[in-house]
Amino acid sequence: MESLPQIVGRRIIDYANFAGRLFLFWLDAMSKCVTPPFYFRETIRQMHTIGVMSLFLTSTVAVSVGMVLAMQTIGELRIFGAVNYVAVIVGLAVVKELGPVLTALMVAGRAGSGISAEIGSMKVTRQIDALTVSAVNPIRYLVVTRIVACMLVVPLLASFADAEGMLGGLLVGVTQGGISSHLYLAYTFKYIKLRHVIPGLLKTIIFGMLVGTVACHYGFETKGGTEGVGNATKASVVTSSLLIVISDVILTRILLYIFGD
Amino acid sequence: MNENDKMGAREPIIKIEGLSKSFNGQVVLDNIDLDIFEGETIVILGASGSGKTVMLNLLAGLLEPDSGHIFVDNEEVTAFTSDRQWDKLRLKLGFLFQGAALYDSMTIAENISFAMEQHLTQTDERIREVVEQKLRAVELEGTEGKMPAELSGGMQKRAALARAIALDPRIIIYDEPTTGLDPILAKNISELIVRLQRELRVTSIVVTHDLICASIIADRLALLYKGKFLFVGTMEELRSSENEYVREFLESSSLRR
Repeated sequence: MESLPQIVGRRIIDYANFAGRLFLFWLDAMSKCVTPPFYFRETIRQMHTIGVMSLFLTSTVAVSVGMVLAMQTIGELRIFGAVNYVAVIVGLAVVKELGPVLTALMVAGRAGSGISAEIGSMKVTRQIDALTVSAVNPIRYLVVTRIVACMLVVPLLASFADAEGMLGGLLVGVTQGGISSHLYLAYTFKYIKLRHVIPGLLKTIIFGMLVGTVACHYGFETKGGTEGVGNATKASVVTSSLLIVISDVILTRILLYIFGD
Repeated sequence: MNENDKMGAREPIIKIEGLSKSFNGQVVLDNIDLDIFEGETIVILGASGSGKTVMLNLLAGLLEPDSGHIFVDNEEVTAFTSDRQWDKLRLKLGFLFQGAALYDSMTIAENISFAMEQHLTQTDERIREVVEQKLRAVELEGTEGKMPAELSGGMQKRAALARAIALDPRIIIYDEPTTGLDPILAKNISELIVRLQRELRVTSIVVTHDLICASIIADRLALLYKGKFLFVGTMEELRSSENEYVREFLESSSLRR
């Protein structure tokens, strides 16, 4: 039987191995991102699939979060006679943090798992080998197209989510806070500036890259038939989500430094 | 006399020299040599797990050998260093996978036209014509718009064969073409391989453990055992072989008369 240090040591080595393979996979994909041939049609098809797959989910989450944020803050603001500022609190929270991060997490859960499952099942049924023997590089055709699609779609979905989150806040602000919609919008536009919105959207490009890379990597590493596909899908969502929240801390610090507090 | 010598002065289209491959310390192919000549159908026989598919994967560049050389058309493919070199070779190669490996998300027509669209500049009309022609060749007309999941196992194999011949390859690799099919369908596929061989004049490498299929299609056979070729020769020579394992292999499939 293995001792505790052996188990811990083996785990650490496994994680380090995985991180190394993921990094090399990302490096390979990124180098192929900038060199031809490019599969534009497949990239657009993937953008459509990922966008359509995730839009309802990300929109629902964004509206709900905007509404809940407004509900949670209106009471406290009323005490200070500052109920109109609910528009500012909801707006800043949504555009700076919640819109981008929640959108990326939803895409990881919905589209990322779909990508892992699709590529994983292609791997175990040798469709990836079929691409290779057709002289089509599977990294270019399957991975680059999906990573680029995620990098373009996640910011798009996040910008919708920003607007939808503020709309959620507006609905509660008008119905429960007694603020007119005109006033709510006026406060929103007065205090929420592009310098608040852009850093959030920039983060989502990186989140999209992480989701696409992790999802494709797990798909490519799938082994062992349908059970392997299930395991890859689960692991892909967990890893993507972890990487999103961890990278969020680092990216937020960097972007605050660039764009100012 | 060595079987390869009998082929006279003909230059082999594929030459395998000292090829070895092992996985996790387990030797699968152990220093094998084989010459495959233009226009012939060679069947690689062997029990499950004897390394037949590994050999095909090495030929198509899906795996890298531990040592040894493979020459195709006098070009050493084991020395290829770029994808571009491999891609040039793969355009001359058709590969029928054991489980068909049709792209699930594409229709049968899209499966067949995929490689053409990627590598050739053809009009839509021309691509449609070629798809129809290839489907006619495998007797699968009218399935253009169907998805792979809508076809039976035998039809999927034939559709995959239509895809394998889409770019008019010079070499076709068949990995277990009859596995999982009932005996009538298996015979059907075997006869289809013979017909395509005659019509397209290609070199075929067929991996199988189905001796009935082998007896229909093979010009020569090679038997893999414990990582080495135990026998290379014609069906008649195989049947008259006195090697103990060859006899056991044949008797287990009731083909030895």
